[in-house]
Amino acid sequence: MKKKISELHEQYKHKKRIEKIKIIICQLSILIFFFASWEIASRMRWIDPLLFSMPSRVWNLFLEKIQDGSLLTHASVTLFETIAGFILGTVIGTFIAAILWWSPFLSRVLDPYLVVLNSMPKIALGPILIVGLGPGYSSIIAMGALISVIITTLVVYNAFKNVDENYLKVVQTFGATKPQSFTSVVLPATLPTIISTLKVNVGLSWVGVIVGEFLVSKQGLGYMIIYGFQVFNFNLVILSLLVIAVLATVMYQGVELLERKLMKQLQ
Amino acid sequence: MSIVKINNVDKTFFTKKAATTALKDISLSIEDGEFVSLIGPSGCGKTTLLSLIAGLFQPTNGEINIEGQQILRPSPKTGYMLQQDYLFPWLTIEQNITLGLKTMKKLNETTRENALSLLDKMGLLDKRRDYPSQLSGGMRQRVALVRMLATEPSLLLLDEPFSALDYQTKLKLEDLVSLTLKEQKKTAILVTHDIGEAIAMSDRIILLSARPGTIHQVFDVPEVLRQLAPFKARNHSEYNKLFQHIWKELESLEEENI
Ligand SMILES: Nc1ncnc2c1ncn2[C@@H]1O[C@H](COP(=O)(O)OP(=O)(O)O)[C@@H](O)[C@H]1O
Ligand SMILES: [Mg+2]
Repeated sequence: MKKKISELHEQYKHKKRIEKIKIIICQLSILIFFFASWEIASRMRWIDPLLFSMPSRVWNLFLEKIQDGSLLTHASVTLFETIAGFILGTVIGTFIAAILWWSPFLSRVLDPYLVVLNSMPKIALGPILIVGLGPGYSSIIAMGALISVIITTLVVYNAFKNVDENYLKVVQTFGATKPQSFTSVVLPATLPTIISTLKVNVGLSWVGVIVGEFLVSKQGLGYMIIYGFQVFNFNLVILSLLVIAVLATVMYQGVELLERKLMKQLQ
Repeated sequence: MSIVKINNVDKTFFTKKAATTALKDISLSIEDGEFVSLIGPSGCGKTTLLSLIAGLFQPTNGEINIEGQQILRPSPKTGYMLQQDYLFPWLTIEQNITLGLKTMKKLNETTRENALSLLDKMGLLDKRRDYPSQLSGGMRQRVALVRMLATEPSLLLLDEPFSALDYQTKLKLEDLVSLTLKEQKKTAILVTHDIGEAIAMSDRIILLSARPGTIHQVFDVPEVLRQLAPFKARNHSEYNKLFQHIWKELESLEEENI
């Protein structure tokens, strides 16, 4: 009887392994099929190679741009702006949430403003930021932060408010002051929420930074797209898009990994 | 000497929709070292009365004094234990039991040692590095007890501390708590909806009427029962007599309310 169960278990595990391999094969096939048909379609002139480029040309451009070091420069500028943007957005948003928690009066006063700001497409504020902060890093980073700061404020403030009152009662009976209640109960209880907003903010920050670079910059992946578009070099546009796709994915996974590690420590 | 003096206390809660009078004209004094239980229909204001004594909020009328001092905010002389343990899941057991000391800025080697020796008494010293989620309900409630005792309060407020536990664990904990508090000569006020628990553990039982809560009747527990540990008291003939008596009174209160 016992042997039978372990046998069945082996069979089950084997089945799962096969399934996993099948999935990976399918995923790779889609990728290869996509690039191959793109290359063929372009070479056969089914699509205009001038507009839609082709993988081999993009690859050659990639090698060229790696060798002259310019891709690295552009990518690292954008990466820096994005990281600065989402960290600032999360930190400032959490800070504002703390102030709102501190003063229920202020939170009620500011409520309609937060609703309006949250509904507003933050990208539309781009020109104002550039006028205010000048055309450079600072307004791009501000854009990356601005896009996530209000939603972070709302989500984190809501988490602060929903901390079980009985935990607060426990420290209050020990005579805790309001700052003590905040640091020993409210903040640790909501840390998981704050960490999970980081993950959302990474994605938002990319949007803000790329649009910011469209508008002002002389460097960065967003700039590469706009420049390629203006000089009609679509190889460059597509190369930038692919690099953005890879970097954004890596960054998102990185934050997710960080989240899992932190959560494990909190358990 | 009476340690707690409650003089003509009323408490009304105000919300946009209504003004709810939870307690009306409560006067009560509790002697040093006494163990008093509060029972009454649910919603009659037992938790409210404990919170008032703890200084978490203020009475609408009247005043509460502890050791001659009017209570205007939580005092280090009182310890409060809630129905659930409310241990902080992100802190270890050791960090949880020293939380009060840390909040009061009284945490040093001596007080930490004292807290750990209390934990040892509860048979949980080996769990000091564990997290609350790794402990059973009964263990967690014992940790909550240590957390409260670690700051050395002289008055303990216990709000249905055993009601979330299974029957066996509850009986064992009643004995443990009763013994510990007697040893340390603590004054205690216990809220419970279990008449048996009230009789087994206390010197005096105060029955509150349904909302607005007033003191309906006070029962003195016979001396023989007071001498016994709760588990033994539950098997004494006097216990049954008092039980019937209180049961009838509580019944009549709840009927009025239906
Ligand atoms: N913060 C509050 N605001 C408004 N009403 C409250 C509040 N706390 C308690 N009450 C009301 O006061 C009454 C007594 O509550 P409580 O003391 O919790 O009763 P018990 O503990 O005896 O079950 C209830 O009717 C409850 O709804
Ligand atoms: Mg209650």
